[in-house]
Amino acid sequence: MLRYALRRLLLAVPLLIGITFVSFIVIHLAPGTPGEVQTGDLSIQSDRDVQKLLMELYDLDKPLHVQYAKWLTRLVRFDFGRSFSPDARPVLQKIGERLPITLLLNVVEMLIIIALAVPIGVLSATRQYSMFDKVTTVFVFVGFATPDFWLALLLMILFGVQLGWLPISGLRSLNWEYLSFWRQQGDFASHLVLPIIVATFGGLAGFSRYMRQSMLEVIRQDYVQSARAKGLAERVVIGKHALRNAMLPIVTVLGLSLPGLIGGSVIVESIFAIPGMGQLMVQAVFERDYPVIMGNLVIVSTLTLGANLLADVTYGLVDPRIRVGARRGRR
Amino acid sequence: MVLLALLAILAPALAPWDPNRPDVRKILDAPSGVHPLGTDQLGRDVLSRMLYGARVSLAVGFVSVGIASLIGTMLGAAAGYHGGVVDATLMRLVDLMLVFPRFFLLLAVLAFLRPSIWTIMAVIGLTGWMGVARLVRAEFLALKEREFVVWSQAVGASGLRIVWRHILPNAMAPVLVAMTLGIPAAILTESGLSFLGLGVQPPHATWGNILNEGKDAIEIGWWLSVYPGLAILVTVLSYNLLGEGIRDALDPRLRQSVGRIVTRR
Repeated sequence: MLRYALRRLLLAVPLLIGITFVSFIVIHLAPGTPGEVQTGDLSIQSDRDVQKLLMELYDLDKPLHVQYAKWLTRLVRFDFGRSFSPDARPVLQKIGERLPITLLLNVVEMLIIIALAVPIGVLSATRQYSMFDKVTTVFVFVGFATPDFWLALLLMILFGVQLGWLPISGLRSLNWEYLSFWRQQGDFASHLVLPIIVATFGGLAGFSRYMRQSMLEVIRQDYVQSARAKGLAERVVIGKHALRNAMLPIVTVLGLSLPGLIGGSVIVESIFAIPGMGQLMVQAVFERDYPVIMGNLVIVSTLTLGANLLADVTYGLVDPRIRVGARRGRR
Repeated sequence: MVLLALLAILAPALAPWDPNRPDVRKILDAPSGVHPLGTDQLGRDVLSRMLYGARVSLAVGFVSVGIASLIGTMLGAAAGYHGGVVDATLMRLVDLMLVFPRFFLLLAVLAFLRPSIWTIMAVIGLTGWMGVARLVRAEFLALKEREFVVWSQAVGASGLRIVWRHILPNAMAPVLVAMTLGIPAAILTESGLSFLGLGVQPPHATWGNILNEGKDAIEIGWWLSVYPGLAILVTVLSYNLLGEGIRDALDPRLRQSVGRIVTRR
């Protein structure tokens, strides 16, 4: 098992280098000579300032391989430079204070998706073509097609504006400081309700679909039939024999869809004004704060890579066949 | 869906008003006989803007998927046909591209380029070819062992000819499905970017940026937020259903398995 995990880890190394390489290319996307980055409608003076900063930061006057090597050595030391915005704080610090809320959102989303998608998928697979199955199928198609930002707007209109039940932006109410500790937690949670519903919606549709598909395949297998033939209760057959096997591919799908989920937080965070990585990214793009953009890109993709790795290893843990395969591969 | 395409193509003829002409006397008018879907903050007719927006959204969908399929097919074909080092390198490239959360990558690229309809198309296309590449590669791996390919190799046909005349036509079915499903995905991405204000720039109307402007008037002008989103939903839904339909029609295995279950019952 350890060997399998290590092998996966080794495979991730070239990907990590690839991430830095692609990000490096992105810096050079700017038209004209690298220094002449378009700075929008800023004045000529600030245009020159930004150019000078960029030149210094990325050593744009040196040959390409030197630039890359220098950039890489700074990355290894987690030095992403300083933000171009007036506060000029280190990029790492800016990202660091926004990372926890984005992680929190994504983890909660993930848990809710799994908690709902698995039973939905199992039920609609075991009762294929039932009313429940048909309703969920419609829900899945609508879920796939709903733009998350639109859903967010509709929910804001309904719950925020019309009914006034839930706050529609930020993380804290104005009177937050005057609330008791528990009230503060409650306030925080109520601010997260709508963003989490929105972020969960699309993913839920996809996952329940995969779960249904996977379950349909498994219940056709011989071992499920023989478990039934043994006289086991249907609940045991489905819950124990079928479900476990049907869950396997889901772990992989989970890993693969992580980039999508994290990418989705860009929109959710911007709409609900949640100070996370996604919102930081959008702000940085508007302000053309290049060091923050690059830092964000590298950190988010590295995190995704890490999460993928975790999913792979989990897959190895739950599926004995993989471990056997790895051992056989060694010979 | 044909209707959607027609609406988009005929937008200039159908639109009751000039989509970009503001009218200060009609700011944020609710839907009425004159303006069926109301007007926005500048008094522009929402229905006309949506019709013109349909052109942008559909064009972005088609062109970016075209770019993605072209790249995906070429790289997938190269990987599947040559195998070995070429295959390994290209597939690692696919893995690499899949590690980036697409929205972050899109935003980073757009920060350096100036967003316009063309850059949006190019960028969505350039970040969306990985799925097609994998599909085509898998098809090629299976097809290149088949008799008719081996036979044409034996007769001495050139590599390019074999790929183009014999393998590719047989590998196109899943690509077609992927393309059909890719269009709605691209439309969603474009409208998401435009919604953030980083996609197609005003005064060009797209469903995404009408929604973006509608967000500011959310408490008064609900029609600005509801209708463009509904348009996106319907468009994406119809393309998804079409894609599923094509897949079912092309994949006999699926029909068989469905049949089996029915007989068991």
